[in-house]
Amino acid sequence: MGFEKFGKISYIRETKVAPFVDYLEQGKVMATRCRSCGKMYFPPRMDCEQCMTSDNMEWKEIVNEWKILTYTVSEFAPTGFEDDVPYILAIAESAEGLRVFTRLSKDVKEEQLQSDMKFKLAPVRLPDGKITYELQPLEEG
Amino acid sequence: MSEVAVVGVGQTAFTRSCGVTIKELCFEAFKEALEDCNLYPKEIEASLICSAPEYDKQRSPAGAIVEYLGLNPQPTTYVENICASGTTGVRLAYSLIKSGLHDIVAVIGFQKMSELTSREAQERMGRGADIMWDSPFGLTMPAGYALYARMHMKTYGTTEEQMAEVKVKSSKYAVLNPKAMFQREVSLEEVLTSRVISSPLKFYDCSANADGASCVILASAEKARKITDTPVWIVGIGSASEPLSMANRTSFVGLNCAVEAARQAYKMAGIEPKDVDVAEVHDCFTIAEIMAYENLGFCNPGEGGKLVQEGQTYIDGDFPVNIDGGLLGKGHPIGATGGSQVRTIVMQLRGDAGRLQVKRAEIGLVHNIGGIGLYGNVLIFRR
Ligand SMILES: [Zn+2]
Repeated sequence: MGFEKFGKISYIRETKVAPFVDYLEQGKVMATRCRSCGKMYFPPRMDCEQCMTSDNMEWKEIVNEWKILTYTVSEFAPTGFEDDVPYILAIAESAEGLRVFTRLSKDVKEEQLQSDMKFKLAPVRLPDGKITYELQPLEEG
Repeated sequence: MSEVAVVGVGQTAFTRSCGVTIKELCFEAFKEALEDCNLYPKEIEASLICSAPEYDKQRSPAGAIVEYLGLNPQPTTYVENICASGTTGVRLAYSLIKSGLHDIVAVIGFQKMSELTSREAQERMGRGADIMWDSPFGLTMPAGYALYARMHMKTYGTTEEQMAEVKVKSSKYAVLNPKAMFQREVSLEEVLTSRVISSPLKFYDCSANADGASCVILASAEKARKITDTPVWIVGIGSASEPLSMANRTSFVGLNCAVEAARQAYKMAGIEPKDVDVAEVHDCFTIAEIMAYENLGFCNPGEGGKLVQEGQTYIDGDFPVNIDGGLLGKGHPIGATGGSQVRTIVMQLRGDAGRLQVKRAEIGLVHNIGGIGLYGNVLIFRR
């Protein structure tokens, strides 16, 4: 239980990484790191595919600075997301080499996107009390 | 060990709405394949039924279909690799024959996408991504391929015009294929001005949902030579997978699963990309065909757009590709698509492709992808 609060539409309720949502509620975006082999996981997971150990992960705050690798402006949505169009979906890479697939803040217009623009991954509270994250422009200084 | 050949192929017309049941749809493709090789249902020793199950009302469709096709009490198995289900079926049929378990196996692929309302279909499409980390953001198939398209443009300078050229080519051949859904040629201008679905992909950059069925009958060498004078041999098979979640992809300029499947298939066949005389590639979107040229080694990475623009993938080019309309021209009834691609190559290698015949076609290739570059199959055939 706990993960059903994540995302506009959630398909998952139970997972070992449900604390991710609690951290998000506190304003923190967390990854996991394997205590046995050191591999970092984002999105987080509790089972390590590299050394095959389970439940020996520590939660670790990410370096929250991202650059967009590629994006699309979606004018067409799956059932349940129709009210959101158009929305920008993007793949971004962090300063420490993690990758995320997520949405861009509605405040960002496509014309503003420059390749060197920096973003942060920020928790967003949805109207029905659920929570998600999105990329928002990183203010310098 | 016995080699394996395709001895019979069949396909229904691909349509927006077939108006019949999945059993009736499959019957039509199966009957055509049986007539193609003069076999009776009782001579088929096993069947593989391929589709994407989320579109079906019938639970475990293989049972319902084989009953209707007269394929009891022979064994049957349901095969699912989304859009690559059909060629995965061929791969498994090949294994069943190679192992000596069976001598004649039918692979039947189908999809009745009109079984669902568009709302239901779009709900299922949303769950085609990783439901934990991708679906909650509203990822669709077009959006997934659009992420690759934008990266390809950014990295190599590929243009929207070059992508549009793929659709122009497809529509030119689809009008000569009576089984294709789109029977109208479209211009570059029409593609470029069609409405945006997920930028940079527009309406005409996308293949359309369709209803349809296909059937491929495979046999051991001994049986194949008795059944037909024109067996088409399977000489190379490659297959690979890629992480489902977008964040765990290492490349957005090509499909890793296609590169790996092609490497395996070329090695097994002992040929090089330049030896391919005719190919069917998985052009679910225009960018997918451009990446396929590169991932199959028809050109270097980044040169795919130029290859189609220069006409090299037309019927008289160095690498004729999708000379039946492709998915963009035929429509894309998920489970039926792989079998339809195999049918086209078999007809080409037999010299039976009529107005769409590629000259001196001796080696043919099929590239069939499931999902957003999730599963990749490459098959190589020789006459
Ligand atoms: Zn580990």
